[in-house]
Parts: sequence; C-alpha cells; structure tokens
Amino acid sequence: MCLAVPGKIMSIDDSGGELMKIGKVNFGGIIKDVNLAYTPEAKVGEYVIVHVGFALNTVDEAEAAKVFEYLREIDGLDELTGEEKQG
Amino acid sequence: MDSSLHSELILQCPIPISDYPKVLLAHGGGGKLMHNLIEKMFSVAFSNDILKQEHDSAQIELTGNKIAFTTDSYVVKPIFFPGGDIGSLAVNGTVNDLSMSGAIPKYLSIGLIIEEGFEMSKLWLVVQSIASAAKDAGVKIATGDTKVVDNGKGDGIFINTSGIGIIEHSLSISPKNIQTGDVIIMNGDIGRHGIAIMAEREGLEFEHRIESDCAPLNEIVQNIISAGINVHCLRDLTRGGLSSTLNELASSALKEIVIEETSVPVHEDVQGACEILGFDPMYVANEGKFIAIVPEADSKKCLAIMSSHKFGEGSAIIGRVVSGNEAIVKLKSRIGTMRILDMLSGEQLPRIC
Amino acid sequence: MKFIDEYRDKDASMRYSELIHNITTKSWNIMEVCGGQTHAIVKYGIDELLPKSIRLIHGPGCPVCVTSLELIDKSIEIASREDVIFCSFGDMLRVPGSKKDLLQVKAEGGDVRIMYSPLDALKIAKDNPLKEVVFFAVGFETTAPANAMAVYQAKEQGIKNFLILVSHVLVPPAIEAILSSKNNLVQGFLAAGHVCAVMGYNEYFPLAEKYKVPIVVTGFEPVDILQGIYMCVKQLEEGRHEVENQYVRVVSREGNLTAQNIVSTVFKIGTRKWRGIGEIPDSGLVLQDDYIEYDASLKFGLADLVVEEPKECISGQILQGIKKPNECEAFGKICTPERPLGATMVSSEGACAAYYRYRKI
Repeated sequence: MCLAVPGKIMSIDDSGGELMKIGKVNFGGIIKDVNLAYTPEAKVGEYVIVHVGFALNTVDEAEAAKVFEYLREIDGLDELTGEEKQG
Repeated sequence: MDSSLHSELILQCPIPISDYPKVLLAHGGGGKLMHNLIEKMFSVAFSNDILKQEHDSAQIELTGNKIAFTTDSYVVKPIFFPGGDIGSLAVNGTVNDLSMSGAIPKYLSIGLIIEEGFEMSKLWLVVQSIASAAKDAGVKIATGDTKVVDNGKGDGIFINTSGIGIIEHSLSISPKNIQTGDVIIMNGDIGRHGIAIMAEREGLEFEHRIESDCAPLNEIVQNIISAGINVHCLRDLTRGGLSSTLNELASSALKEIVIEETSVPVHEDVQGACEILGFDPMYVANEGKFIAIVPEADSKKCLAIMSSHKFGEGSAIIGRVVSGNEAIVKLKSRIGTMRILDMLSGEQLPRIC
Repeated sequence: MKFIDEYRDKDASMRYSELIHNITTKSWNIMEVCGGQTHAIVKYGIDELLPKSIRLIHGPGCPVCVTSLELIDKSIEIASREDVIFCSFGDMLRVPGSKKDLLQVKAEGGDVRIMYSPLDALKIAKDNPLKEVVFFAVGFETTAPANAMAVYQAKEQGIKNFLILVSHVLVPPAIEAILSSKNNLVQGFLAAGHVCAVMGYNEYFPLAEKYKVPIVVTGFEPVDILQGIYMCVKQLEEGRHEVENQYVRVVSREGNLTAQNIVSTVFKIGTRKWRGIGEIPDSGLVLQDDYIEYDASLKFGLADLVVEEPKECISGQILQGIKKPNECEAFGKICTPERPLGATMVSSEGACAAYYRYRKI
C-alpha cells in the first residue's frame, strides 16, 4: 500500500497554515501540488515521497546511496579475497 | 453561397450565436435550419470542388491499382483536449488507418451526430478543426451528413469518418506478411495521447502540459514506401496502447514478438505522469504513432527515413519477430528478465495501491 | 527519474541476485506483504532471479483486495443514491460486489468520481453543498494520514456534507493473523516500506520475537526488493530473527509522528473484516467519537449489513499464501480479469491479476 513516488520540491506556499502547506513538486517534468503538512521540515530542493497528494517523508540522499555502497563493499571484499587466494 | 463570406478567414462563428447559441433538433431536421448550418458552416469550412457538386452522393474519379476504404467512429471524452479535439482525431484517425495499408488518403466523409443543446460555438471549433486537419493531411471532405438527437441521448457530439485512399504500390502490407527475423520500428515516444486525455478528463493538473500527439501519418508512410523499403506490415497504435497492437499482430501473424523495455521510447514527463497515476506506459493510448515491421536488411534505412520526418522524431527499433511456437508477445525487462506482455482488459484507472 | 531509475538498475539487480544465490543453502518461504511489492516482483520477474528453493508468497498487502464484500456492497448502495456524489480511488471501481461493481453503478448513472487525493473529494463537497459527498477511505496505514486530514479539515472548516466510508486496515495484525494460523508456511517477511514510512517499525519487534521470524522493511523497486530478500535470507540462513530496515532512504524507526498524530486524532483502532480471511480484532481503523458524524455507513443506516462470499473464490487462501493463483479451479476459466470473482483478480495488485498479466515463461 504502496504507490508513493519521489519528487523534488520546487516551491512552497504556506499561506494556508501548517496543515494546508502546499508544495509544487516535480516528478520527472510533471509538476503537481502536494500537501506538505506531514513534512514540515521539508525545504525547496529536497525530495519527498508522495502518496495520494501528500508528502509522507523526505528522501534521505545519504541513506539512498547505501543500497549501492553495500554492493561496492562486497565487491571490494571479493577482490581482496581473490588477491589473497592468488597470492 | 455568399462569396464575401467565403473569401475572408472565418474567425467568428458563422451561425449567429445570439440567434442560435445551441444546436436544436431542427438543425438536423432537413429543413431551413439544417440547410443554413450546411451552407454557412460546413460548406464554407470544407469548401472543395467535390462538395460543390451538391449531389446526394459525391462523384469521384480515382486512379491507382487498388482502393483502400475504411471507417471509424469517434466518441472521445473530453471533446477538447491538449493537442487536439474530436475533430482532428476523426480526420487523423481515418487518414492513419488508410495510411497503414500504404494507401494515399484522398477523400473523407463526415457523419455528425450532435446532441440537442450542444453549444454552437463548440460545434464551430470542431468543424474548423476538421477542416484544418483535412488540409494538413491533404484530404478533401467529399460528403457528409448531420443528425441531431434529443438532449440526453448523445453526449455532446459523435463523429463518424469513412475514408478512401488509393494504393499505388505493389507491396503486400499485412500481418500475414510478417516474417521471423523482421525488425519492429516505432516512430517516437509512447503514451502522450492517453495521458493528455486522462489529465483533462480527471482534472489532473500538470503544470507542464502533456499534449496529444494526434497527427496524420500518410506522408511519413509514403516516404518509407517510395524509398523502396520492403514493408511487411504497418499498424498504428490506438486505445489499448503499444501492448495491444503488438498482441493483435502476433495473433494475426501467428508469430512470437520480443520487445526490449529499454528500447521503447517514453518521454520523461509521460513517465512521471505514469508513475504518479500508477500506469504502465505500454498500455496507455496513443495517436499519431505507428510501428513499421520490415526485414532486417531494410531496418537501418527505414529507421533513418522515419527519424527524419517531423512525425518520426525519436523513432527507434523496439524489438524483433523471433522464431517461436506460439503467437505471443514477450518483454525483456530493464533488469534482463523476460515476461509475457499481455493485452489489458478494460481501461487503466489511476491507482493508489 | 531520480530515486526511481537507479533502483531499477540491471547490474545492481543482478549483483543482489548473485549474492542471494551464494548464501542460500536451504528452502525458505518469504512473504512480501505489500501489493506494490507483488506488482514489482511479477512485473520485473524477480522470482526468476532467485534460487528455486526460495519461494515468494504474495501476502494480503492489497487493501483493495481485502476490503470486505460487505463494504463493497455498502459502497454500491451509497453510490447509487441520487443525492450522493461518490468519490473513490480508481483501484476500487472494478472490485466486484455481490451483484455489481462501482463502475457499473457509474454506467447506470450514479455520480461516481475517481479521485487522486481525498482532499479533492473535500473540495467537491464544498462546491456541491446540496449533495452528500462520500469518500471511500480505503488503505493501509500509508493512506490513513491523507484520509484523516480530509476529515480533520472537514471538521475545521465546518463542512457538513462530507462523509467517509471507512475501510482502513492495519498491517501488523494481519501479519500476526498469518503467523498464528495453523496453516502458516511463512518463515520471513518483507514489510511494506510505505506503511513503515508513516508508522515506523517499532511494532514489528514483538512479532519477530514471538514468532521467531525475520522482518525486513523493504522498498518497491527491483533493487530494493532484491536487497530486502537478500537481508531476509541472510537472517534465515544465520538463524536470526530480527527487524531490519532496507528502505533506509524513506523509513525511520519512529516513522512520521506528525502523521501518526493526525491519524490518531481522527481514527481509533477497531475490528475489521478482511475479505477472504475473516474478522481480525484490532486490525482496522474506525472514526473516533468526535468525528463519528462523518461516518457514511452510520449516516446511511448500513451499519448492520452482512454479506457472505462466493464459494468458488479462494482468494482468502491466496492472500494467506496457502495456495497460488494457478492452483485455483476457477483461475483463467470462470475467473479472469474481465470477469473476476474476487478482488485478487480484479485489483491490479491482486496476486491473481498479477499472475494472469505477467505470468512467468
């Protein structure tokens, strides 16, 4: 439950109060209005994950890279192990 | 007919809005009001030598070996959408059906079924759109008919167009001619029309407007044929998306088709819209898009010809016809796995799940 | 698209597939809870990339699928009323009720509208003061914050003609129901990433401990799912049963407290009937007393409606992972996407529909 898409905040309009804070969020070129009530800390330029018109959380760029860092670590270990075996 | 009306570029609705702001039953009744509509609106917009004959049937002289003949009806909602309307769709759709046999489209008939109460100003916009699309496609409106139905029985306006084209080539362009080893080429990116319609219909506002790619394909097809490409099959993509078209062809030809997901062009904004709505671009409706199935030896040249036409921007080889035991379409996913690309049942609806 | 495309990377997917093969020595059954994960697994053929000894069981992670037949019938009853504008997410329109679905109600003249967001329904209520506007509030915890906000705003703004038909379900009770069932085959779980984005994953520790199963909070793209499966298999092979988080870029342990606050202001936990499974206590959300005036079921006098389910449909067993779609007598024959018997076929996330559309080669 499930369909939430990451998009980049282009601008924020908080004239409607905290619970009706609206951001213009860019999804690959498509811009949609998104309710930012649940991501009060989110800033312009940050990415949020959006479900049914609401941002549920910001996307943490540093954490996002971990999926690939893990693979690089494993590959590094494999190389090391390979060298030791050859050596 | 008043010649001064004919000579100026008509920007204003020729039926006085103050008198008839909406279409009445009488406008389809065969009497004075209908003749007024035909004279002042249709004949003026579609003006040509055939229409001027003013017979019950148009008399046409045709050249060529064979004639291609097709018909289609258009009931699209909304009537006006980014990049087009029911009028331009009605012309291009039929022009394209003719083009898919390699025929040169020549004449169209227009049958209008208008709901009583339909705004006259909207009718005028649709009529102008038909005229403009016909001009761009190089076809003449040879004959037509108008009916008006009771309010509540017609959903605005329905259009039927039938078309005649002449076939001057001697190729056999048909699914039965598809061979193992053939290459499948698309004339650009998929999904624009469906997303444009969905956005308009559901009131989804995308700041960056996605427009329908509705367009006439006769010229680009003639370029392919006159370059001597041995075209085995042509098919335009419509409601069920690329997937439906491929499945229909695989079924008719009794062949296996394999498509590479990463080769199918999808524009980033269409992709973005599909992600938000939960749509698969392979199933989104298209207009102005077709696939050419040609032998491997002709594929590079065909691709070049298609790419150099304005309605072929972004053309790409998307897959091949392979040897196999059954009529099936398979997709090689972007992560390298294979799956069956089935027909969709029903329309895709925006999802949250 | 950033944060999507890189998680559909072929090399990374293949690498995780290789890692899974390297560490797998036994057979394991893993359940992915969320329909979106099922969709990705079937669409990208992820089970093709796994050792044959790893079986993925598609769980009841589709709130559309598990919405009880009763609630569907209630929605149809309400949508058929002349004074009602019925608003729903697109997913619900083709879910079969006892006699018809919402799409048919629409075809027969009912004012049924597809919404992208529940706030759009609230706007319709404001613009149509003479009509009752009812929103079909379906979803797991992921959608609860949005639905809660709509009701919260309705009260704040004094909008009296807005109602919701509540069908919210909660994931941890469903997982517990599966684990405690005597037919249970599931040895490890991929928890629903977006549910956890809202709720965090504290609730899963007691479950992992009590039933000795690893639970990995997982995302929705192929690389996410493969990494989630890898983490789960690693735990199983090493005899561990912990809660881990694969979807670190979006999920934190505590979740989104602002969202949880609004949800608990508007909703409270209650009993819910799950289609194909039955009643699970404390597994759903109902409106708090302060917001009870927004309950469509009460307003239209449908609170006592009870409906039984068709005998041929085994979607309950499919949802629990006991049977696969192609093991159902009706699958592909009297039950197809065009003529579905149960929600697992009609919902594009349903295991049966996903199987039918993307079936393996």
